Amino acid sequence: MSAALQTINLEKRFGGLVATNKVSLVLEHGARHALIGPNGAGKTTFVNLLTGVLPTDGGRILLDGEDVTARSQIQRARLGLGRTFQINQLFAAMTPVESIGLAVSERMGGGGDIWRRLGSRRDILSEIAELVERFRLTDVMDQPTRALPYGKQRLLEIALALAGNPRVLLLDEPAAGVPEAERGELLETLAELPRDVSILLIEHDMDLVFSFAERITVLVNGTHFAEGSVAEIMADARVQEVYLGSDEHA
Amino acid sequence: MTDTFLSATPPAPIRQRAARDLTRRARWKPAEILFWLCAAASFFLLPDQHLLLSEIVILGLFALSLDLIIGYAGVVTLGHGAFFGLGAYVAGLTSIHLTAEPLTGLALAALAAAALGLATGPLLLLRASDLTRLMVTLGVAMLLYEAANKASWLTGGADGLQGVMIDPLLGRFEFDLFGTTAYGYCLIVTFVLTLIARRIVTSPYGLSLRAIRDNALRARSMGIPVGPRLLAIYAFSALIAGIAGALLTQTTMFVSLDVLAFHRSADVLLVLVLGGVGYLYGGLIGAVAFKLLQDWFSALTPQYWMFWMGLVLLVVVLIGRDRIQTLPRTLMRRLHAEGRA
Repeated sequence: MSAALQTINLEKRFGGLVATNKVSLVLEHGARHALIGPNGAGKTTFVNLLTGVLPTDGGRILLDGEDVTARSQIQRARLGLGRTFQINQLFAAMTPVESIGLAVSERMGGGGDIWRRLGSRRDILSEIAELVERFRLTDVMDQPTRALPYGKQRLLEIALALAGNPRVLLLDEPAAGVPEAERGELLETLAELPRDVSILLIEHDMDLVFSFAERITVLVNGTHFAEGSVAEIMADARVQEVYLGSDEHA
Repeated sequence: MTDTFLSATPPAPIRQRAARDLTRRARWKPAEILFWLCAAASFFLLPDQHLLLSEIVILGLFALSLDLIIGYAGVVTLGHGAFFGLGAYVAGLTSIHLTAEPLTGLALAALAAAALGLATGPLLLLRASDLTRLMVTLGVAMLLYEAANKASWLTGGADGLQGVMIDPLLGRFEFDLFGTTAYGYCLIVTFVLTLIARRIVTSPYGLSLRAIRDNALRARSMGIPVGPRLLAIYAFSALIAGIAGALLTQTTMFVSLDVLAFHRSADVLLVLVLGGVGYLYGGLIGAVAFKLLQDWFSALTPQYWMFWMGLVLLVVVLIGRDRIQTLPRTLMRRLHAEGRA
């Protein structure tokens, strides 16, 4: 069986700068895989290559064995590649119910209906209710997104990605900027994400990485630097030096 | 895939709350019903104003078409007059060369404008910055203006299209000098089109347009086909603008190059901003405000009415429509608070 997501010698250059240097990575089915690296290691560029926001300069991307390197962002999303954003990308004027409802109906193929009334499909309503509860958004479900506390917006960010029923989910620093008081709720929700979704977590926050991930890849200067289980990476002296060590000094 | 995750019985009260939130925008508000009652009343109560009222409702319909793309899809344009003008010419030419029956002319004008929208819409998607969109739409409108000017064998050029005659509406209602048939006709067409537009903007498709307007990056990452969705509303908006143009031709029985002039595109933008963007009635309300202000200012100072119009526009834009609309409520609250103190 092919991997949920695989890159082969993926490359990206910005002028003279090599942002992604022949990175090969395998994300197994059901994985809880973290991608870590110091600032400027090229983590976000890597996510943008995977999702098709940026075109690649070389190498291939396989989604469930299918080559998607030439596919657009929209096509990859339709094939089951979901993502969240490091900086919230939400619909400020819409409520969580509307945002999630949009994601669900788009996935079910009802997003282009010009004549149906919103809220008339029971199956969509059920999924909205389920997701709203699962992501602890019940209290704020009918308030405009821009009025939500930051932690709730972070949860909505993930709920939107999951509403598309992805096979592979890329979480780009889901805990970034979340205040301590709202952190527990977020971590619990992450831990409860369904096991059949393969997850690649891009993260800075080591506590979250060690509690969430089962496998870790370290990226340094756009290059695949090390990979292994959590214990292996924690014990790796080289990783300590380039990443964990420097992080403590920062 | 996540069946196990989603199969638990959804809690009914939450589902009801979700349904309530989703149907909120499609519900008829008292102000909306009042608006249409006033419109109907104007037909019976202001019989000597039917010509002016026709003008207003045509401008309002044109502005409504603009609201669909600016207000709901976030696509700016400076050349919406192209569709209005095309609709006006097609309706005129239909009456001269094909049939004087008004509804046929209206339908052909709508189709022609929608086709032009479909053809030029992709130009807006190539480079999706506001500035390129303004320039592309402006360019298309200018091309069309000069084409109509040059093709005088077809359009009459600078002299305008002569000899437009329109048969009685439905074979019964003659277009009279007082504009009574004209106003009734414009009002009904506008009402029907508003209902259709209202239905579309409150549909799942309409929701996806708002999402694209709010955050196109996220919309793409959710797999929403942004380009086709925008193209569809652009063509629909063009269709309505074309109908507005056709109504102008049919009710005035004349078409001149003026229908394609730049000021049409600029005026309609002004009207929409006056009335407010993104709630469908802004165009119609803006048209009423625009025409009334224009009448009032030009009665006060025939030479300088543009000055006052400009001033009003500045005030509306700088203070913001939200604050102006909530002003009465804010004042009331303050008075109440002081009364209690």
